[in-house]
Amino acid sequence: MNYGYFPGCSLHATAKEFNDSTKLVCDKLDLELKEIDKWICCGATPAHTTNQELGIALPFANLQLAADQGFDTVVAPCAACFNRLRSADFEVKHSGYTAERVGYITGSRTDINVRILHIIQLFRDEYGYSRLKEVFSKPLKGLKVANYYGCLLLRPSLVMKLDDPENPVIMDELTNLTGAESVPWAFKTECCGASLAIPETEIVLDLSKKIIDSAKNAGADVIAVACPLCHANLDMRQKQIGKKFGADYSTPVLYITQLLGLALGIDPSKLGLDSHLVDPYPVLRAKNIL
Amino acid sequence: MHITLNLSSGAFAGEIKDISGANVFDCYQCGKCAAGCTVGGYIDDTPTKVIRFIQLNQRDKALDSRTPFLCAACNTCSERCPMEIDVAKIMESVRILALKEKRKPERDVAVFSELFLGSVKTTGRLFELGLTAGFNLMSGQPVKDAELGARLFRKGKIAIKPAMSGNKNVKQIFDKSEAVSGSSSKEEKAEH
Amino acid sequence: MARIGVFVCHCGENIGRTVDCSVVAKESAKLRDVVYSVDYKYMCSDPGQIMVKDAIKKHNLTGVVIASCSPLMHEKTFRRAVQETELSPFLCEMANIREQCSWVHEDKVLATKKAVDLVRLMVEKVKRNTPLEPIRIPVTKRALVIGGGIAGIQAALDIADGNQEVVMVEKSPSIGGHMAQLSETFPTLDCSQCILTPKMVSANSHKNIKLYTYTEVESVTGYIGNFDVTLRKKARYVDDSICSGCGICQEKCPQKKISSEFNTGLGKRPAIYIPFPQAVPNIPVIDKERCTYFKNGKCKACEKFCDRNAIKFDQTDEFINIKVGAIVVATGYEMYNIGKNNKNGIKGYGEYGCGEDPDIIDSLQFERLLSASGPTFGEVKRPSDGKVPETVVFLQCVGSRDKAKGMEYCSKICCMYTAKHTMLYKHKVHHGQAFVFYLDIRAGGKNYDEFVRRAIEEDGAIYLRGRVSKIYREGDKLIVKGADTLSGSQVEIAADLVVLATAITAQPDIVPLAQKLGVGYDKYHFLSEAHPKLKPVETNSAGIFLAGACQAPKDIPESVAQASAAAAKVLGLCSATELEREPYVAKVYESTCAGCGFCIEACPYKAIDNKAIVNRQGKLIKNVAYINQGLCQGCGTCLSVCRSKSIDLAGFTDEQIFSEINSLFV
Repeated sequence: MNYGYFPGCSLHATAKEFNDSTKLVCDKLDLELKEIDKWICCGATPAHTTNQELGIALPFANLQLAADQGFDTVVAPCAACFNRLRSADFEVKHSGYTAERVGYITGSRTDINVRILHIIQLFRDEYGYSRLKEVFSKPLKGLKVANYYGCLLLRPSLVMKLDDPENPVIMDELTNLTGAESVPWAFKTECCGASLAIPETEIVLDLSKKIIDSAKNAGADVIAVACPLCHANLDMRQKQIGKKFGADYSTPVLYITQLLGLALGIDPSKLGLDSHLVDPYPVLRAKNIL
Repeated sequence: MHITLNLSSGAFAGEIKDISGANVFDCYQCGKCAAGCTVGGYIDDTPTKVIRFIQLNQRDKALDSRTPFLCAACNTCSERCPMEIDVAKIMESVRILALKEKRKPERDVAVFSELFLGSVKTTGRLFELGLTAGFNLMSGQPVKDAELGARLFRKGKIAIKPAMSGNKNVKQIFDKSEAVSGSSSKEEKAEH
Repeated sequence: MARIGVFVCHCGENIGRTVDCSVVAKESAKLRDVVYSVDYKYMCSDPGQIMVKDAIKKHNLTGVVIASCSPLMHEKTFRRAVQETELSPFLCEMANIREQCSWVHEDKVLATKKAVDLVRLMVEKVKRNTPLEPIRIPVTKRALVIGGGIAGIQAALDIADGNQEVVMVEKSPSIGGHMAQLSETFPTLDCSQCILTPKMVSANSHKNIKLYTYTEVESVTGYIGNFDVTLRKKARYVDDSICSGCGICQEKCPQKKISSEFNTGLGKRPAIYIPFPQAVPNIPVIDKERCTYFKNGKCKACEKFCDRNAIKFDQTDEFINIKVGAIVVATGYEMYNIGKNNKNGIKGYGEYGCGEDPDIIDSLQFERLLSASGPTFGEVKRPSDGKVPETVVFLQCVGSRDKAKGMEYCSKICCMYTAKHTMLYKHKVHHGQAFVFYLDIRAGGKNYDEFVRRAIEEDGAIYLRGRVSKIYREGDKLIVKGADTLSGSQVEIAADLVVLATAITAQPDIVPLAQKLGVGYDKYHFLSEAHPKLKPVETNSAGIFLAGACQAPKDIPESVAQASAAAAKVLGLCSATELEREPYVAKVYESTCAGCGFCIEACPYKAIDNKAIVNRQGKLIKNVAYINQGLCQGCGTCLSVCRSKSIDLAGFTDEQIFSEINSLFV
């Protein structure tokens, strides 16, 4: 079975290590990802908050591409893309009016049936925890992980249908399978401010600080994420946060796929561990993982 | 603040309902959306208050509020609303209307969206460097995040050239969306 | 030859405004068999009734049609008047030209025409009426009260004081209900147990009350005045006729760490236990699931130390059959739990941690912390570490008025008890600060609003208008993220303890009981009264009454008032030796009945049975349907399923109905 892979814009730029680690992990698990040809940007938040039709048509056009190219399942690692794909599919399926407009805008049929999975769902629902447990060769013993779900992955829960919106467990379950220990903490579903990072940087610095503080207070060595926006705000902005609040901020932020990759024994530099702005190597070495 | 109420009191609520599907009169002003709002510390009006403005037909007060522009679309409000109102969608609707009428209570956010979509319209994919540089120019802060940019560049995380999707349909999607969105009217919706 | 009189009422302006009553009277006079017709301003008044009676005598009437309001309103009035003449009251019919005509139409000409039609229908019907005899049924002068909380106790005491026998059933080991768990009560702050326990003792010792605790209703059959009830007295493993309640067994039981139901999980109890020191009866019960002997076959410590040999490990459930004339249902409520495991599509509060944090408690738990008999002996200490909380945040409307969680109703009592909580807390922790998140303060009641004001003005509770979005732990503190819509701000409070005023919900096991009793319930499983305004205590099953929070959320004064009202209804029922009821019941034509049994299946009141017809030699000829007149409510469902048309409804026979319909087409 092969899956239509929708990397999204970030995974080809600032989040390239998410792309690399996703592909390497899937390779190792024999999950065949095939990039959808000529995919386009989902429009993210700017599209649906500017023009509703555009906000639905852009992601839906990708589902149409996937269907045309023979995929019955689309896998997206980016939480924002996943959210927009699911939302567009939901809106089109639940409103004949919307379906008609989207059909007109995209110039293509809307009666398509494509499953949309987030990459972590692929591991949970398609590959399965029991098989996963067997293939992990290098347990991440002793590593305490704060799993950060953020907002777009889970909400609106009626549409995302991924996990409980208040107390999600999927990332924690995956983390625990690797032998690492997921810590309970309060901010796992808070929002980091997402795309406000550029126009309203100060807000995002405040929000991200609270999230990192909460993870640190819970005793986490690293934060795991499943969204390039979360990663951008938490990892790339830590130096700015430290400056703003006059403290040292150096909590590594890893993609969940990187954790899984490490547990599968994949070379850390191939997983893109070198490309984070907060260097994760010291922590991982201290824990005897590297 | 002074509000004069008149006969056409449900008119704006109707406009919002047409776009969002939400009935603002379901809201009993409990404030749970305000309580959990991610950007609660930065907005002038709480989401509860924006909904109140809509309930009271205060079009200008709602459309000129910064709140819908600062909304991070994180959906915490909608997820927890005890009356199952899609609050985030109401914020989105207010913002769409404000943009249509060229009101920009939060200019930077509007500019960011414009540039973002401009980039996507041209190539089908987002060009992050172009977006950031463009935004810094437009917002009059050319060296914003420059140091961060340099570090990212060293990590190889910044693409110098825009990525091309090779998809020829993108421009049409933008143009038709624009046209359809402009033509949306109550009567048309009622037919469907 | 029928001689019918038609009496058209103007009902002041009510009918006269839209219907030309004199025209109706004139047109009625033209109908076949109508020998007299008249219109009058107020037909129900004394002079109006005299007009009817005089006309019956003067014109030798064989039937009367009163064209006025709904029969629900005045049928009784006019039938009584008719009865005073020689005529049978069942030969008087009402044509409803008010609710079904003048009140719903505007065009006077058309409305008048319709009124004439309605009169014509009734004339055709009344011609075919027959004098019926009211049905008389005997009454068993004994009542069953289900539930031993304050409502049940009050109802039982009032009935018993009215000199009628009562059987009282309580499913838990002691009576007292939730009221026994409360600390002090609003709006007077008198001690709950101090006012309740004397009533509990009276209920147990009253000569007219037979009390069964740890007992449930197994089955109910029969009808008003004649219910047959089977009770299941659950095995206590303690012989209540021998036990003196000395309590040595509790002391010696090695299991001491079982979470106490009475103390809402905040205290512990042994496996053999008396729920609380003032329990009635003061007799322990063995918790079979947790008893070491029942689990491992070894221990019997209680038996060893009991000097009366009252421990009976071989006791089994006992079934008791009783006959009662009336039933009062007073099964009370249960608090909504914010955890995940709720039934009927009711959701938990993930945003408040689903009840997993020990310092997020519900109001009943807070009552136990305030209570002198509670696990902390009345000192307010938080469950996690026993620290005296200096900041306590109270949340109202948790579950209540929350469509997303599945409960849209107001729980009614939380505003008042939360105000009380802030006061009692302040009285015990002088330097403490109480915050209350509320949506609306609903304090309708004598001295209620003044009470809430006192909490705010004198005891310093800070009231914040808004809901709370999230509660999470940060070290020693619970961070409460709420809103104050009055100032339009987000509010964050670092609290030591959070108290949730969770919704009042129906008893989780109420539906099977309601079905046994044939009592309706709403979508939240609260039991339904017969009429929301005029029959608030009755149910649709005659002879079964409601008291307390099983019907809807209620505070103590309301529960007591309704319990006394239910008792008055029971005493009224018991005051007669026989009951009289309208004879509108189904009757079977045995000669054509094929005994197919469809009607038995269809009857919603279980009023139909098989009856064997035997010849003189005792040989079975056939089975036919038999209708129990005491149970039949005259709904007519059996008629519609009867394939041989062998059932008819007295007072509404096929002939009568068809002639009414036919009269429309003349």
